[in-house]
Amino acid sequence: MKKNIWGVVLAVVGAVALGGIALYRQEPINALWIVTAAVCIYLLGFRFYAAWIAARVLTVDQSRATPAERHDNGRDFVPTHRWIVFGHHFAAIAGPGPLVGPTLAAQFGYLPGTLWIMVGAVVGGCVQDMTILLLSTRRDGRSLGQMARDELGPFGGFAALIGTLLIMIILIAVLGLVVVNAMKHSPWGTSTVFTTIPVAILVGFYLRTWRPGRVLEASLLGLVLVLLAVLGGGWVDHQPALRPWFDYDGVPLAGFVILYGWLAAILPVWLLLAPRDYLSTFLKLGTVVLLAIAIVLTHPQIKMPALTQFIDGSGPLFGGKVFPFVFITIACGAISGFHSLIASGTTPKLISSEADVRLIGYGSMALESFVAIMAMIAATLLDPGVYFAINTGAGIVGSTPEAAVQTITGWGFPVTAQQMQSLAQDMGERTLFARTGGAPSLAVGMASIFGNSFGRGLLAVWYHFAIMFEAVFILTTLDAGTRVGRFMLQDLFGQVWKPFGRTSWYPSVLLASTLVVAAWGYFLYIGVIDPNGGVNILWPLFGIANQMLAAIALSVATGILVKSGKARYAFVTLVPLAWLALITTTAAWQKIVSPNVRIGFFAAANDLAAKLAAGTLPAERAAVAPQLIFNQRLDGWLTVLFTAIVWFVIIDMIRVWSRRARGLSVIQSSEAPYQLTRLQGVPQGSGS
Amino acid sequence: MRGERATVLRLARALGAAWRWLRAASGDDAYERYLAHHVREHADRLPLSRRAFFRESQQRKWSGVSRCC
Repeated sequence: MKKNIWGVVLAVVGAVALGGIALYRQEPINALWIVTAAVCIYLLGFRFYAAWIAARVLTVDQSRATPAERHDNGRDFVPTHRWIVFGHHFAAIAGPGPLVGPTLAAQFGYLPGTLWIMVGAVVGGCVQDMTILLLSTRRDGRSLGQMARDELGPFGGFAALIGTLLIMIILIAVLGLVVVNAMKHSPWGTSTVFTTIPVAILVGFYLRTWRPGRVLEASLLGLVLVLLAVLGGGWVDHQPALRPWFDYDGVPLAGFVILYGWLAAILPVWLLLAPRDYLSTFLKLGTVVLLAIAIVLTHPQIKMPALTQFIDGSGPLFGGKVFPFVFITIACGAISGFHSLIASGTTPKLISSEADVRLIGYGSMALESFVAIMAMIAATLLDPGVYFAINTGAGIVGSTPEAAVQTITGWGFPVTAQQMQSLAQDMGERTLFARTGGAPSLAVGMASIFGNSFGRGLLAVWYHFAIMFEAVFILTTLDAGTRVGRFMLQDLFGQVWKPFGRTSWYPSVLLASTLVVAAWGYFLYIGVIDPNGGVNILWPLFGIANQMLAAIALSVATGILVKSGKARYAFVTLVPLAWLALITTTAAWQKIVSPNVRIGFFAAANDLAAKLAAGTLPAERAAVAPQLIFNQRLDGWLTVLFTAIVWFVIIDMIRVWSRRARGLSVIQSSEAPYQLTRLQGVPQGSGS
Repeated sequence: MRGERATVLRLARALGAAWRWLRAASGDDAYERYLAHHVREHADRLPLSRRAFFRESQQRKWSGVSRCC
């Protein structure tokens, strides 16, 4: 009864907040309306929809022993308290994705992205994460690829593997590009980010040699050092003798990032990868909490209109109409296929009771979605003119401040060169024009929120703290992703030639790492030399790939639901699957066939080729044109490949469904047999 | 007086729980948990040293997908 009253209160408050958003359409709206609406929607989704799915669709059974209990080995299989698993799982799924996507999607206005983040998470992303988590828990923690193979057939498994490898490469490239753009000609940012590398190595030695396994001490030490690195970067910025050492163009910075990724992949994990991950986890959780507090304290006004004229497809950050592109741009935060790899990886091996999947799967994703809402707020509290000046590439608005402010003011978003100059000065940067990629604009937004809550005199420090925070995040994903890509490649080649599959055989390690780094390094390099910023091409490609991976995961889940006789509940995964199939296929179709050079890959390639042949390109653009043309065509073919893979998996799932409906034989379920739990409650804290 | 003492006790307990949670969530107490498990299940064999345990657990953690976007 008491729970129902809470539900009613939440529903009323949520409805009032959403009503507020709806009524405030013509005037600035306060961010608190959005925060309140989002929190109420997540809580309602968790309290009712997730509980219903857990009970009826997944038939969660508390009496059933989980793999953590059955295979308890004190190492990777360990029954763990649900709040601790929640922390682990959230730290694993939350990356830079939900920060960058909403920032870019803000070009459509704050409304489309915000609604998609809330609705997409509650009926899509959270459901996917929870379902895959339970299905994997029932199958001894098997991975998505293995489940696809076991439940749909060998083709499904192969498609999942290829899809994962490709999305990883695109993901790393686009994230690398975000970091490069944030460090470009920023001695403060560059020196701070560089310093985090020796700090990580120091923490690595601390954890391995001096005080083995003292994670908290080591993390605290590292945290203090990276905060000092932020301040130290400010000092470097004021030393004319030191500045040039950290003042780089995009291409050398891309070279550094590529070299770093390669080293991180071949060096032992304890030296760089693991310690960097401890730092980034602490920074991530700390900053998320701090940002939430600061937004509530400052309750800023949203200055971006609810909708901008760019919903028609002419957006300066990236081309394409609000449908389907807002749904592609915001993947993480609404629904992210990548999460299904985490939910079928380490997390199911820690769960002590099936009943915990609601909190861990659904709850963690709701929190990640909230992070995306905060990123949206940080982007839209800026003056729209400033937002567009920071995020639009020089190829669109022109390379001089005068040209840029004139174009942007002409769109109806007034901004002056003076305003941008004084903002850059406040933030401790030389310029903030055309700093594409989302990180600098998010950092300006975060700095204004933090500055207003905790002291405006420190704006430049907050800005570079935010840059460092994003870079540490991204470099962690880059390290970990390159390593996973290396394992996948070794696994693939190992099927052809056995020795290559041995993950510790050094020639194989070197070759596979080099191939993975070369693949993302190529896309990163092309993105850096692209005069439109590169993010406009790579981010939609990443969004399409990530959503398609989600479609693969939801196909596997739907197939399993149908096979276990729950076809009438299959709509739970089928509805988000149908939506994803619709938006990814529409977006892919447009990226392939659109004659608009700002949307279609082939149209852009042909247009550039024609201009190159006619000799109408300026010399510096003509020099890179052949590479850009090749890249656009390659991206086009990649999109075709992604779409084909996803539709093959969907058709494979439909095949299984129809065989089952006609009473024909289907592959047997790979669910582990029921075993009664012997756990008395759940171990508390550090536990048993 | 008694009320105050109870409050202090409750506070100390809450802080203790928070500290245990932090240690467990960060993996700071992983070795202790491993030792407890080892004593329970394999009391006849020698456990790994702290150093060897962490070496192995880091290697294991980073052999699969453990970080996302």
